[in-house]
Amino acid sequence: MRSDRAPLGLKVAAIAGLLFLHLPILLIFVYAFTTEDRSYQWPPPGLTTQWFAVTWNRPDVWEALSLSVRVASISTVIALILGTLAAAAVSRTRFFGRETISLLVILPIALPGIITGISLRSAFNLADIPFSFWTIVLGHATFCVVVVYNNAVARFRRTSGSLVEASMDLGATGFQTFRHVILPNIATALLAGGMLAFALSFDEVIVTTFTAGQQQTLPIWMLEELVRPRQRPVTNVVAMVVVLVTFLPILAAYYLTRGTDTVAGSGK
Amino acid sequence: MTSADTSPASPVTAPDAATRLSDILWRRPRLLIALLIGPPLAWLGIVYLGALFALLAQSFFSIDEFSGQIRYELTLSTYAELFRAYNLDIILRTVAMAASVTVAAAIVAFPIAYYAARYATGRWKAIFYLGIMLPLWSSYLVKVYAWKLILAKEGILGWLFETLHLTWLLEAYLAIPGIGGNSLSVSWTGTFLVFLYVWLPFMILPVQAALERVPPSMLEASGDLGARPGQTLRHVLIPLALPGIIAGSIFTFSLTLGDYIVPQIVGTSARMIGQAVYQYQGTAGNIPLAAAFAVVPILIMAVYLWIAKRKGAFDAL
Amino acid sequence: MTAAVEFRRVERHYGEVRAVDGVDLSIAQGEFFAMLGPSGSGKTTCLRLIAGFERPTGGEVAIMGAPMGDVPPYRRPVNTVFQDYALFPHLNVRDNVAYGLMIAGQGRAPRRRAADEALEMVALPGYGARKPSELSGGQRQRVALARALVMQPKVLLLDEPLGALDLKLREAMQEELKALQRRLGITFVFVTHDQGEALSMADRVAVFNDGRIVQAGTPEDIYYRPEAPFVADFVGSSNLLPPEVTRRLGLGDGPAALRPEAVRLVSEGGHAARVTGLAFLGTATRLSLDLDGHRMTALIPRGADMPAEGSDVRIGWAPDDLHLMKVSA
Repeated sequence: MRSDRAPLGLKVAAIAGLLFLHLPILLIFVYAFTTEDRSYQWPPPGLTTQWFAVTWNRPDVWEALSLSVRVASISTVIALILGTLAAAAVSRTRFFGRETISLLVILPIALPGIITGISLRSAFNLADIPFSFWTIVLGHATFCVVVVYNNAVARFRRTSGSLVEASMDLGATGFQTFRHVILPNIATALLAGGMLAFALSFDEVIVTTFTAGQQQTLPIWMLEELVRPRQRPVTNVVAMVVVLVTFLPILAAYYLTRGTDTVAGSGK
Repeated sequence: MTSADTSPASPVTAPDAATRLSDILWRRPRLLIALLIGPPLAWLGIVYLGALFALLAQSFFSIDEFSGQIRYELTLSTYAELFRAYNLDIILRTVAMAASVTVAAAIVAFPIAYYAARYATGRWKAIFYLGIMLPLWSSYLVKVYAWKLILAKEGILGWLFETLHLTWLLEAYLAIPGIGGNSLSVSWTGTFLVFLYVWLPFMILPVQAALERVPPSMLEASGDLGARPGQTLRHVLIPLALPGIIAGSIFTFSLTLGDYIVPQIVGTSARMIGQAVYQYQGTAGNIPLAAAFAVVPILIMAVYLWIAKRKGAFDAL
Repeated sequence: MTAAVEFRRVERHYGEVRAVDGVDLSIAQGEFFAMLGPSGSGKTTCLRLIAGFERPTGGEVAIMGAPMGDVPPYRRPVNTVFQDYALFPHLNVRDNVAYGLMIAGQGRAPRRRAADEALEMVALPGYGARKPSELSGGQRQRVALARALVMQPKVLLLDEPLGALDLKLREAMQEELKALQRRLGITFVFVTHDQGEALSMADRVAVFNDGRIVQAGTPEDIYYRPEAPFVADFVGSSNLLPPEVTRRLGLGDGPAALRPEAVRLVSEGGHAARVTGLAFLGTATRLSLDLDGHRMTALIPRGADMPAEGSDVRIGWAPDDLHLMKVSA
């Protein structure tokens, strides 16, 4: 019964809402090509690609990018392991603390990032842990667990429990069952969860400011530029690249889970 | 053993370590659960809850006003400081901002969510899905930055008003005390717009999820019973979407309460909770007061979540 | 000969819930054995205890004489056809069937051959390359069967395997399963809540209720000679005459079961009853009767003179058809 037409007002409001969500991001793309380098003047007085070359030759951008990629990669791996384990445990049985586990996993993103950040900082402070690559990873992995967990739980729920029993019934031990049945069935969900975790970590700034010390991830670098602009065109170019880089894993995650996760809510 | 005549090596004769472990886990299914849940529980329990506890502990310490050193004695004096007028101001200002952002987000999100849930099919369904997911996941800082570009005096909004010869209108609006300012990028309105923008997708998704569970026949039944579209909206649609709106509001409210970057980049000099926490722990070095400030959003959210849970909002997450 | 499956005082309790509560059972080799009962009666749990997906909290399960206490599912000489078939969605039909052989370490060529043979046996030749999602319910059921049979189990466990099929397909599969079992000589243990299925296929039937076996015996025993009111009531739509009615009519001292088709209209003798309703069923007509204040039904074959609703009739039955039960049961 979806053949009926939407009221015009609703249609206009919905499309206006989508434009509101997307136009600001598109604006970034235009600014990356502007010739103006002192203000945010609109419309741009001229267009140029010179800032891409300038940005390419900035070692601080490369260093920040490299740190972000390394942090995101390690955090994603940790989140994949922890999130999958938690999802497997929760979906396997109805044990006593399941609700608590779900809450505990969601808490790091449900509470404002500043709380996670300052909590970790207080803990490092009390325990005399100096800031390092690993203090950043510690924070990132903590809030990345939830995206992997959510993806994996949804897939486990759809993967009938009798598949595991069928495998063991046919002679496979627990580990063989994991390798031949569970893993192939949750692989795309894990891949999707991992990509989202990567995107989440790659972007994160609030928690990172509290756990990074003097190190600069790419978002921290951008934040510095926003607070104290040094070379605005370089910031514009970096912003555009960040948008493009994060879109790819999101699109990939969408196509990986398409037909399973999205169709589930679409009704008939 | 299952097919002794076909398998080359019977697993019974020489079980390897993996098989032995598998046997043990079969005999003790609880051990398997414990092994599965152990690592994530340990991580979140030690790293996250431990850190939260450290934060809580710090908030009961105080700072020596002369030496600037932390005194490790339990005291409530740091919490008492929260009730000083300028700190209370910060809390009330932040809660007011969070509340307005939440209400506005619900209003803007509803048509998008409703259209996506009920009218979008096939190709449009995918467009709407990605159209909400991409802004949700794209870089937070970039989004804030985009609004710095938009709201700047020389930026696209100013240009738009000028082109339409409406600059006087913008200036009149900015002259309103409280919500105005020198330019949009240093006004309360600017902060509000950016918050609305960055958290909007968090509201759309749960509302859409809630609305997708409403069978269209239910709306037809309402129309059939003589309700005008407005009445159906008020008496059927909004009550059914409410759990989704509450679920979304958990995000918009919580995220606004704790944010310190948006008001720092776009906004007035009046601080919000997040900025206070950041400054007290950073430049002021007053970690106890920062911790006590950070407890405020936790308490507010605890109350909020408790109410939301009673309204059944978690089913829509 | 050792029993294929033996239960000795087997219990499976979940906290306060007694899913299986002291079951003794012996299934002979080559037997087609049905476990029949309503949902929650413990029959499926018993099947899972044989397969090893559950462990007894008391008593012992033995397969082919060997106690299974510490034997995990992957080392038991049994295989299962699951209610939802549990076909691996990421594997094609052939790899599904060959899965157990692959795990057992068999080479690629021989296991593909074995899988193809098994598919032929269940009348699905040439379906090997398809994905389970491309098959109909009946076809999936056959694949599940082939996947279990290719392992040459000593005992094949079937958990409501026909439940998801439509009536026509179900009847055809019943016959096929029966023929297959005769041909292979494997012990089949079959769980169902459908009494018609159990009675038509099995050599022996165990009727479950509340975690216990109420009666085990041949289909004829179960059908004609129920030992407990529950059996008479659950297996078909037997008329249950409570003890006060049997006593009043001078038939005996305990409850009695009487099949509707055994009831006949007689011109004299018998017992007086009133017709309270009629339903035309095609080959027969079902009469609802009031016998001395007790409701019962009778199936009258086509051709007989039908009384009108509300009329008084006399009914009778052959003495053998009335089955008196033990008072305690």
